[in-house]
Amino acid sequence: MNRIQKKLEEKKKLLSIYFTAGYPTTQDTIPILMALEKSGVDLIEIGLPFSDPLADGTTIQESAATALKNGMATEVIFNQLKDVRKKITVPLLLMGYFNPILQFGVENFCQKCYETGIDGLIIPDLPIQVYEEFYKNTFEKNGLIPIFLITPQTDNERINRIDSISDGFIYMVSNNGTTGAKKTFEKEQSEYFKRIFAMKLKHPQIVGFGISNKDTFYQATKFTSGAIIGSAFIQMLSRDGLGGIDAFIKSIR
Amino acid sequence: MQKTSYQVNEKGYYGEFGGAFIPEMLYPNVEELRQNYLKILNDPDFQKEVNQLLKNYVGRPTPLYFAKRFSDKYGAKIYLKREDLCHTGAHKINNTIGQIVLAKRLGKKRIIAETGAGQHGVATATVCALMGMKCIVYMGDIDIKRQAPNVARMKMLGATVIPAHSGSKTLKDATNEAIRDWISNPINTHYIIGSVVGPHPYPDLVARFQSVISKEIKQQLLEAEGTENPDYVVACVGGGSNAAGIFYHYLDRLNVKLIAVEAAGKGIHSGKSAATSQLGKIGIIHGSKTLVMQSPDGQITEPYSISAGLDYPGIGPMHAHLFQTKRVQFLSVTDDQAMLAGIELSKMEGIIPAIETAHAIAIFKEQKFKKDDIVVVNLSGRGDKDLNTYIKYFNL
Repeated sequence: MNRIQKKLEEKKKLLSIYFTAGYPTTQDTIPILMALEKSGVDLIEIGLPFSDPLADGTTIQESAATALKNGMATEVIFNQLKDVRKKITVPLLLMGYFNPILQFGVENFCQKCYETGIDGLIIPDLPIQVYEEFYKNTFEKNGLIPIFLITPQTDNERINRIDSISDGFIYMVSNNGTTGAKKTFEKEQSEYFKRIFAMKLKHPQIVGFGISNKDTFYQATKFTSGAIIGSAFIQMLSRDGLGGIDAFIKSIR
Repeated sequence: MQKTSYQVNEKGYYGEFGGAFIPEMLYPNVEELRQNYLKILNDPDFQKEVNQLLKNYVGRPTPLYFAKRFSDKYGAKIYLKREDLCHTGAHKINNTIGQIVLAKRLGKKRIIAETGAGQHGVATATVCALMGMKCIVYMGDIDIKRQAPNVARMKMLGATVIPAHSGSKTLKDATNEAIRDWISNPINTHYIIGSVVGPHPYPDLVARFQSVISKEIKQQLLEAEGTENPDYVVACVGGGSNAAGIFYHYLDRLNVKLIAVEAAGKGIHSGKSAATSQLGKIGIIHGSKTLVMQSPDGQITEPYSISAGLDYPGIGPMHAHLFQTKRVQFLSVTDDQAMLAGIELSKMEGIIPAIETAHAIAIFKEQKFKKDDIVVVNLSGRGDKDLNTYIKYFNL
């Protein structure tokens, strides 16, 4: 059983943190990962910076631009993560847009993930039918769990289809919009969370986009298995640096 | 042997290019369009409405003009398809007319668009004014400063112009911002994309709306020369919408040779170029698998051309396929060659072309044709918007 699947069995409200590799500096990848594990986060998503991140708001866009300026690249990330499994045990996912992965070679990329000890991949612009037709075997061969997104606009038929090809959790996008911290959720969000909860899907849902603090974490996880914080974490890193990680995580739950 | 198809297949691909590589957030929007566009385009009432607007509002059919002095100089029968005479000054409005009527049929209330030089932005703002629709145009911050007259035109037409501050602050980033807007407004908004780029069905949709160009040429050339088929068809390519339109009805007529002209900028290997077919590799840009200018790590790079309409780091998937199958010959023309061609056409034929279009005109200096070859060039836009660049370049 994959580390993500094992973690999902813990039946608690999971906290997942996203950060952009190469931000604030290229040397921060391992120190951030270790600090996050030490503070007790349940899952970590390492963002691969991309020049044209369509689904991201300004915070993640800017962190990616800085990371690329700093010289971050796919090859560099794998080099940095080479011995990561000697240091931490928390489930790790890579999250990135498809083009850099395509250029690296999907086969090669997945094999590197396997050698590194990566547990899952989130590739927002890899359509599910292309995944099924061309890459499913490669993912499975390398023990990688694909994570797919659903949004408030995804119809039930498609949600069921995504549930049927999922293997870990379903990434539930909280609202119509790009990534970015929000102070609070509206009523329509909680109705959407409830609606999906009522579908009794096979795979647990973890909510992303807009979660920033204790309050939004609580609202997002009331009907789901966990929540992902990205932009708010990156804003904290810009403000407080790596020294702020522990206090930030403790402030969430 | 199976005949190669140059049209999109039922999965949204041209050969290995195309598809819809979009985040799930966009899936419902794009899927709604995919499921409905052919049905709507084939509806006689829709066609009637679009055709009447093209005739009475845009000014179609545009003339197919025999350029006598140019023909004499370059030793071929050179015809110019006068898209520059369309309302708003370029072929772009063929697409925006079609898409605004489509958006109305889909029940959309709000229109978004991206623009580089501002031509597509103006064409979109124009049809939104015509239909009384809310219009938001994303434009790179740098382009807003470079193209002030077009920004003013859009504002006069009632559009809101939003600067794209991200990335390189040009067309690619304006497109990103428009896509992000669509993610945030999935229900009431239609995205009028300006070229044969983006996720399926956009490349096919835009190509169909631009195909009126070659449809008219067939008839016009029959009247002028007794044949529907020229020997050559020439068009400039950025994303590739004017080329898609003028190639469209000739794609399967293999005796008609097709030539696409890309912007070499300061030279293909100068590091300042937009010749995607020469410099690009297969990748994903704006939801489409196509040829993309990018770093070895897969980061999309910033192209360069003196012409703001050609500096896009990809080409439409249809063109990537036409390049790969060699159905279309791809040439490239530098800034200097294009500028000289622009002034030469002005002086010899009394037509000031857009600098994009001047790239297509420039090939006559290098390419040799036979005296009785019929060559049709897409005169895709007029040069008014480029006066500042012409003034600076030639110290006019």
